[in-house]
Amino acid sequence: MPLKSNPQTLASSEWTTEIKPVSSWFNLNLKDVWRYRDLLMMFVRRDVVTVYKQTILGPIWYVVQPIMTTLIYMLVFGNIAKISTDGTPQILFYMAGITIWNYFSETFNATSKTFKENENIFGKVYFPRLIVPLSKVIGGLIKFGIQFGMFLCILAFLWLRGAEVHPNWTIALLPLLLILMAGFGLGTGILFTSLTAKYRDLTFLLTFIVQLLMYASAVIFPVSTVPEKYQELILLNPFVHIIETFKYMFLGAGHFTWTGILYSTGTMLALLFLGVVVFSKTEKTFMDTV
Amino acid sequence: MLPPSSFPLPAFSYLILKEKTKDIEITADESETVLRVQNLSKTYRLGEIGTGTISHDLNRWWAKIRGKEDPYATVGTSNDRTQQATKGEYVKVLDDINFEVKKGEVLGIIGKNGAGKSTLLKVISQITSPTAGSIKAKGRIATLLEVGTGMHPEMTGKENVYLNGTILGMTKKEIDSKYDEIMEFAGCAKYANTPVKRYSSGMKVRLGFAVAAFLEPEILIVDEVLAVGDAEFQKKAIGKMKDISTGQGRTIIFVSHDLQAITSLTSKVLLLDKGTIKFIGDTIMGVREYISYVSSSEGVYLNNSKSTPVISKVCIRSSDSGNVHVFGEPLTIDFEIYAPKGIPSAVFSFQILNSSNVKVLHVLLKDSEVPICRGSGTQRFSCYFKKLRLYPDKYSLILHLSDHISRVKYETIEGVCPFEIQVRGELREYYWKPSEAIYIEDAEWIV
Repeated sequence: MPLKSNPQTLASSEWTTEIKPVSSWFNLNLKDVWRYRDLLMMFVRRDVVTVYKQTILGPIWYVVQPIMTTLIYMLVFGNIAKISTDGTPQILFYMAGITIWNYFSETFNATSKTFKENENIFGKVYFPRLIVPLSKVIGGLIKFGIQFGMFLCILAFLWLRGAEVHPNWTIALLPLLLILMAGFGLGTGILFTSLTAKYRDLTFLLTFIVQLLMYASAVIFPVSTVPEKYQELILLNPFVHIIETFKYMFLGAGHFTWTGILYSTGTMLALLFLGVVVFSKTEKTFMDTV
Repeated sequence: MLPPSSFPLPAFSYLILKEKTKDIEITADESETVLRVQNLSKTYRLGEIGTGTISHDLNRWWAKIRGKEDPYATVGTSNDRTQQATKGEYVKVLDDINFEVKKGEVLGIIGKNGAGKSTLLKVISQITSPTAGSIKAKGRIATLLEVGTGMHPEMTGKENVYLNGTILGMTKKEIDSKYDEIMEFAGCAKYANTPVKRYSSGMKVRLGFAVAAFLEPEILIVDEVLAVGDAEFQKKAIGKMKDISTGQGRTIIFVSHDLQAITSLTSKVLLLDKGTIKFIGDTIMGVREYISYVSSSEGVYLNNSKSTPVISKVCIRSSDSGNVHVFGEPLTIDFEIYAPKGIPSAVFSFQILNSSNVKVLHVLLKDSEVPICRGSGTQRFSCYFKKLRLYPDKYSLILHLSDHISRVKYETIEGVCPFEIQVRGELREYYWKPSEAIYIEDAEWIV
């Protein structure tokens, strides 16, 4: 293409958009994402506004869900199976696990449907496709905030009444934990949605995977109760470190190590990178595969 | 055969880039070019894509390892027009497309179904990526393949203006500054806080188009969205598009099957056929070219019966091929009747029926006035309209042959020789619709 190889001429230097075949395997285009930031916020707003339209309780559902789950866990795991909670109040132990875990699982669930649910819009108009999963990550943060607020209320209430909880300085790490969970949710979600764009059958695995991961991520049991020979194995799961750290920062009991946090961060970055690569490749050809 | 004289002459002659870009002739006003498409191709591999499940891909992969043929390669090729499907056959949906569009120009894209129009639009608007070649553009490209993309029924009109606007690439600030104009143009200001699901379908379309109309991209790509909405709105929409191109100097690429909309909006068309450019240039020429190869059936009625008096042949000589007649042009209809023996009291007449089943015209001819059935055998005669004033619509003929003394009806033929009347160019600032009137009369104005 002679014009391209001749960028000195006035005309070709003025082109602002160039559409070419997909060649590079990494094409994030963050500039475009930034340009569409208003759309990102509109999507967040849409999701928040429309989810509970025509429901009686509205956003109260955000609170009802984790409370019900916590109560059931207390009954089943705490009182029937009698699994230890590291000496912390059962309600706080389970609620802490559920709150932080939900942020990941909700984000993962939402972002893993990116292509399928937006097939129609994607076929009609261009915008950086990454905007959609990003909006789910931010939207999930709002839900997390509400659930987290409720957790704090119960924590404060029990703490004042002298319960066995020891919040400590590690609370400063909370933003990092959220970034880690957001990164995991986004990374796995966009990887998953890219694969399901071509292989529909993977969708059947989704709920199954999330559930299995939860049981393997120390949401309902403390790592300290895991038998010695399995300890190393379970610590390979990056989510264990995040959830244990979260419990440690608010309750004072849990498995917190810097290496664990570092390991989780590394895993998250690798997964996110893989996700973005596959996603950016898929977004170019997606309309031809559906 | 010439279009009405009020029709604007093409302002420029257009460059057709045909060679493999060895030496592209750069036009003098190179800086005016806002979109350049070079050697653009889009290839689909049959059988490879869209087979769905992992098991299929695993099977394919297993077959590949053993050196066997791709077990799914034939999927989707069975109804291919060409020959036997070969392994991993490629289909070129777009094949080496080259063209450029200048600032303020309105380019129409026409072509049959499957010619590659939609694919071309999708590639230009970055919905899918090309296989080869490149597209370069100056400024923002906005796509309007559908009205109101992404609108959410549960959200209010106002919220949807913001949602739809940002999806189309506007910033919140831009929408803020145009919000009142948008609502006024859509005529929905009163319902700004009503959920869109309570809107009528017309209101939804108006709201969607209004957002797009105030988009102000440098290049606007519009698919057949004007097909929706009432006549008044279509008129408004076309007016707005003209305003965008001529008034604001923005570029529009417009795809439509509606040749009237194409002729009234665009000065230049690109005719696609099987993925290649068949014609690019002046709209009137392009539309003629398109019609001439689209239509295969001729408007001829034939009957070879020889036992009773019959109408043996009817043929409409329309101004354009494909039974398309341009409004205001002279029209000739040729007839042949066969009679075993002469019928001195024969009456021949025909009516023209419009698409609403209304007989809009009746022409009657007695043998006593013009001899058409004096002797035996085949008689030929023609009917000539100096200027056919029928309104743009689809028409057909009803023919009668009878004897007005004995009152014997020899034959009545209905619905033959379908033809269409179209308006070319912009006779009036008006969007022609078949239901608007039946015929157009010239009149003298006295002031």
